Amino acid sequence: MRDPVCEMEVGAESLTADGYPDVGFCSEHCRSAFVADPDKYLTDDHEGELQIETIDVVKEPALVGAPAAASGSSETVHLAIAGMTCSSCVATIEKVLAATPGVIDARVNFASEEATIEVNDVAIDALTAAVAGAGYTARVVDDDVDDGDAEAEAREKLYRTLLRKFWFAAIVSLPVAYFSYPELFPGIPAKGSTALNLIWGAMALLTLPVMLWSGGQFYTGAWSAFKHRSANMYTLIATGITAAWLYSTTALLFPGLFPEERLRDVFFDVTAVVTALVVLGMALEIRARAKTSEALKKLIGMQAKTARVVRDGEEVDIPIEAVVVGDIIVVRPGEKIPVDGLVVSGASAVDESMVTGEPIPTEKTAGDSVIGSTINKSGSFRFEATRVGKDTMLSQIIQMVRDAQGSKAPIQRTVDKVAGYFVPAVMIVGVLTFMTWYTFGPNPALLYAVITTVTVLVIACPCALGLATPTSLMVGIGKGAENGILIKSGDALETAHRITTVVLDKTGTVTMGKPSLTDVIALGSVDEDSLLTLAASAEKVSEHPLGEAIVIGAKDRGLTLSEPETFLATPGHGIEGTVDGRLIVLGNLKYMTDKGVAAGAAESVIERLADEGKTAMVIGVDGELGGIIAVADTIKEDSLAAIRRMHELGLEVAMLTGDNVRTAQAIGAKVGIDRILAEVLPEDKANEVKKLQAEGKVVAMVGDGINDAPALAQADVGLAMGTGTDVAMESGDITLVKGSLTGVVTAIELSQATMRNIYQNLFGAFAYNTLGIPIAAGVFFPFFGLLLSPLLAGAAMAFSSVTVVTNANRLRRWQPTLMKETVR
Amino acid sequence: MNVVLVNVGGLALIALIVWYFWLSSGSTTTAAVTVGGVQETRIVVKGGYSPDTIRVEAGRPVRLIFDRQEVSPCSERVVFDAFGVSAELPTGNEVPVEFTPTEPGEYEFACQMGMLRGKVIVS
Repeated sequence: MRDPVCEMEVGAESLTADGYPDVGFCSEHCRSAFVADPDKYLTDDHEGELQIETIDVVKEPALVGAPAAASGSSETVHLAIAGMTCSSCVATIEKVLAATPGVIDARVNFASEEATIEVNDVAIDALTAAVAGAGYTARVVDDDVDDGDAEAEAREKLYRTLLRKFWFAAIVSLPVAYFSYPELFPGIPAKGSTALNLIWGAMALLTLPVMLWSGGQFYTGAWSAFKHRSANMYTLIATGITAAWLYSTTALLFPGLFPEERLRDVFFDVTAVVTALVVLGMALEIRARAKTSEALKKLIGMQAKTARVVRDGEEVDIPIEAVVVGDIIVVRPGEKIPVDGLVVSGASAVDESMVTGEPIPTEKTAGDSVIGSTINKSGSFRFEATRVGKDTMLSQIIQMVRDAQGSKAPIQRTVDKVAGYFVPAVMIVGVLTFMTWYTFGPNPALLYAVITTVTVLVIACPCALGLATPTSLMVGIGKGAENGILIKSGDALETAHRITTVVLDKTGTVTMGKPSLTDVIALGSVDEDSLLTLAASAEKVSEHPLGEAIVIGAKDRGLTLSEPETFLATPGHGIEGTVDGRLIVLGNLKYMTDKGVAAGAAESVIERLADEGKTAMVIGVDGELGGIIAVADTIKEDSLAAIRRMHELGLEVAMLTGDNVRTAQAIGAKVGIDRILAEVLPEDKANEVKKLQAEGKVVAMVGDGINDAPALAQADVGLAMGTGTDVAMESGDITLVKGSLTGVVTAIELSQATMRNIYQNLFGAFAYNTLGIPIAAGVFFPFFGLLLSPLLAGAAMAFSSVTVVTNANRLRRWQPTLMKETVR
Repeated sequence: MNVVLVNVGGLALIALIVWYFWLSSGSTTTAAVTVGGVQETRIVVKGGYSPDTIRVEAGRPVRLIFDRQEVSPCSERVVFDAFGVSAELPTGNEVPVEFTPTEPGEYEFACQMGMLRGKVIVS
């Protein structure tokens, strides 16, 4: 039978509706929907067949983890839906949401009980009301905070439970350890005496709850893994402590089975002490691991909760989820900017360090972009929201960090292969150890065989191996985000430390990408300031970037400009205008000749300026040569220091530009570029990168991410540089939020520091296991008569994984060199 | 005599370990196709993934709903390295992981430490 509402196959036990014996329902919801309007779901023209309206449940499955795409004027709203009983509810809710004016697309996920709605200017209330109208409840998802809190709470609970288990095991361990060594400690009845046997019997009973309660997770963990035909740390520990307990108890209860007196020793201390140590290790590890994701938590915690929005001319405080694109938001000094936007009025300095890593507040006036979650320092201003919810820069950064932290570094793929075989291999080594000692060992062979086998099982630590890479990666990527460096994946992080050559795209990377006035040289009767005033006044109405540079340059020098009386531009050559009754011509040499200005005297100066990478323009005043005005793309302040540091790191630095060789060399020489790749057409940039790779170099390409996308993709590591909110996060492997070369250095240094940390961890974990296991098996015994105590083995195991995580956490204190220098 | 018995028993145990953990395979399931054409299946995370082998068809979206029923931090994240997808699995929440395989083959998924493993067989 089929449910006519949701088309689900239902059994005979399904709900029914009076008067319709042939139909059944999966839930009360479907039944009530049907009863309200049976004709909607039943049609007569299909005899016995139900005409059913269906809706594709999922129209476009998005990859989990793909950052929410900024979708023009539309925005995405997430609602948590409660009350869904079957997949028909999905269709119902999708329908009511889709019918709400302004909704472009609505998808409901039954499993996660979440609706993802693409809307165009819709109030959240309208959406929740629509869902409520259909009989369900909806609320806006604030999952970042909720999940984090719930997870932290679960972690804390687990930590406290483990601590309780540890204390219990530790307290039991003391007497148990004491009475286990009658030869060692005073006041213990002799071996074989009834008194000692009674004490040992009590110890057997006392260690039972230690094993089963304190060590309970070993057994459940081992059993669930066993069912999945896999084995883990729990398998080893559970086997080890159980073997020790069973042997001891058997020796105690059935001494007849063990003819030699020495065979009747007990190891209840192994069970109790190892359990206590491992449980303590697990508790410490949980604490340490919580710290590895601190950077991400900080980012999540940074999000503003409310916004002061102008609605109907009044300022109202609304929850951040209710802010829509286009809202005008008021921000006062000291307040957090709630979402991304553009300043419309007012001015202030904004501390953007939490997003860009830039410690100095940035001045903002009308037209400037502001980033959500940054802090307004001095003035008040109003801005228009341009990106809200999951589209804000911070949300995208959070998503990106999450994804990156969940990705794998290539090195881990090798470790994973080992990890897959590790535990069963240790078990095999354990069996071999037993066989070897039993066959070749000294008397009492069985005792030695049991102890060494238990020691092998207890010392092996697969966790240290498994934790080595991901924990360092978590901390490293989080550290990057704190410094405005967004690393897309473990792959990018690992490759970045192997870079040999850094290719910088000149414009917008090394230089500002905007010309500015550099020289004014008077060659006639008019002095420099007057020349500049005349030229700038003439250019005042020009829209050419060179003209703009001259106007800004004149204003910066405090000159007062006049309005030009006439203005005429000849594109590619120059301009002509009248200022204060004087005829001004400004342009290249050819333009001067055309206009009858004798400019021969300017030629040598123009040559010299061109050698310096500057663009020179000749100015004629009233038909006579006035002088030369030069502009150049200016080098960013920190480029020099960054390139110097790259050299210190042993990197070759190349610069890629479309400029002519002369200009490129002039700039290259100023900042210390090793290799100039000039006159490269935009479409050939990727080819230049390929050529370098063919020389065997590991190439990092640094560009703005918009024009250089193919070159960024071709490079081994593509670093996309952004400014403000205009970060093209998708185009690079690493995104530098702040548009400065300092970030490139920091990214490379961070990658080196993280990889160093990973290598330390892996070396430690591998060395520990490859040395520890043979020692535990007793390889030193034949030579030095040395055997490792299972208690020491347990301690070593318990603290090896804590050590790995603690070492990873050391990275949290890492600081970029250039940043340290600035602070100093 | 005892020595022979112990050694024979030991070798048998080793053979058993090799067979059980490495040679035999776990539970396999074929993902069901939903109304929307998505291949969907639910995976319980508890000491491992059940089922741990999922058969799907290439070219169609796959949705694996993970239900983590334990607090052990080992399994708090699942990583599909081949598809570049990963997800945090808060205890008690069902978390869907979606991707569309294009090429037939066997793709592993695992916890972040590579201890718990499963695979998606794309045909």
